[in-house]
Amino acid sequence: MKKTIGVLAVQGAFAEHAVSLKKLNVNSIEIRQKSDLTNNHIDGIILPGGESTVMGKLLHELKLFDFLRDSIVKGLPVLGTCAGLILLAKTIVNDQNVYLGTMDIVAKRNAYGRQLGSFQADGEFADIGEVPMTFIRAPYIESASKNVKVLAQIDNHIVAAKQDNMMVTSFHPELSSDLSVHRFFLDLV
Amino acid sequence: MSNRYELNKNLAQMLKGGVIMDVTTAEQAKIAENAGACAVMALERIPADIRTAGGVSRMSDPKMIRSIQQAVSIPVMAKVRIGHFVEAQILQAIEIDYIDESEMLSPADDTFHIDKSKFDVPFVCGAKDLGEALRRISEGASMIRTKGEPGTGDIIQAVRHMRLINQQIRHLQSLRDDELFEAAKELQVTYELAKYVQAQGKLPVVNFAAGGIATPADAALMMQLGAEGVFVGSGIFKSGNPDKRAQAIVKAVSNYNNPQILAELSEDLGEAMIGINEQEIELLMAQRGN
Repeated sequence: MKKTIGVLAVQGAFAEHAVSLKKLNVNSIEIRQKSDLTNNHIDGIILPGGESTVMGKLLHELKLFDFLRDSIVKGLPVLGTCAGLILLAKTIVNDQNVYLGTMDIVAKRNAYGRQLGSFQADGEFADIGEVPMTFIRAPYIESASKNVKVLAQIDNHIVAAKQDNMMVTSFHPELSSDLSVHRFFLDLV
Repeated sequence: MSNRYELNKNLAQMLKGGVIMDVTTAEQAKIAENAGACAVMALERIPADIRTAGGVSRMSDPKMIRSIQQAVSIPVMAKVRIGHFVEAQILQAIEIDYIDESEMLSPADDTFHIDKSKFDVPFVCGAKDLGEALRRISEGASMIRTKGEPGTGDIIQAVRHMRLINQQIRHLQSLRDDELFEAAKELQVTYELAKYVQAQGKLPVVNFAAGGIATPADAALMMQLGAEGVFVGSGIFKSGNPDKRAQAIVKAVSNYNNPQILAELSEDLGEAMIGINEQEIELLMAQRGN
């Protein structure tokens, strides 16, 4: 059966993830409110890039937060890209907020500075090889617990990682035509 | 296209589905960020006050912009006058996240816009129609917004621009390939850009609504007409309860297709900005630049 992946669609680059999923012959549905989660079966969820402050706030106000967090804790596969990584991090060094906080990583927001610090690079990704990586006012993972598997590093900073059902990238696989990172996530689903 | 230009278009993609709010102080910037703004536009006076004060309006004091950069973690944008490439150099020097080459300030040049391709920081520009949007993109703009009349609280112009741009896009899609050369000439744009729009059915960059948005319903209207996000200027800090109105507009943009939620959001917002009707305006800022 075709898999269905929810894409959190309260703000940010969610449409781009849906395009990548479609190319991989996977259904996607936009998650904008609680009923989108409770009325549909999803096999996994993507938390896209955007502004974490906006998404974190809207998760609460649109009553998505508790149900989503419970689902992730119970094992719903989740991919967080850029702002999505921030939403999943248990600790954010330069921000007193914690959002879903389900993953044992310490993240640094806007770790490369403002837009002039945004960049593209090709980096080694575990089991895949070299993939194109686009960093937009991106975070990185400053440190991770032993139960977290590092998937990619750029300049000695962790930019992709996995812990059980949770996977994060500080770059944007949805901005590239390369589908290998999405495929890697779908293998977890 | 250079790597930098792609990265700059990408930042605009991250702002989609969001609200960019005009702020004049670090305190307002914090309110905007806490209310859920995806970016702020730092300026000395909001459009409604610029309109009242008259005179020449220019780029804001870099010190004031820096204080806002320090106050918030979201992207900070600022405006330069049309054609004033030195103001743009100054904003790039303070690492602004986005420059708005804006008709809201007094134009510095009545013929030439800034050659935005010479800059590393991204630019957003206003457009009333498809030709104007594509000309700005040729010059290096990585994001487009409508040129609704700032500081009026009247949505009519933004609606007109958004409808026209999308009508013109649909028209290009309806043309035979051999008719596209003439269409590009009429739009005063390159054949390559016209070809892109014909094939993709959209602009090559993100397109936001701006000008005259005062209520959650205004914001949702622009989203349903095809905007990918909205700028709100005077509509927030000229209203009775800026914090509450800002939060309501943010939620309206992410649930623009849900009248039930929009109804809840529209309750008890206090007084909206009073506004001025299109016919009462003496100065039409949208006519600056083409």
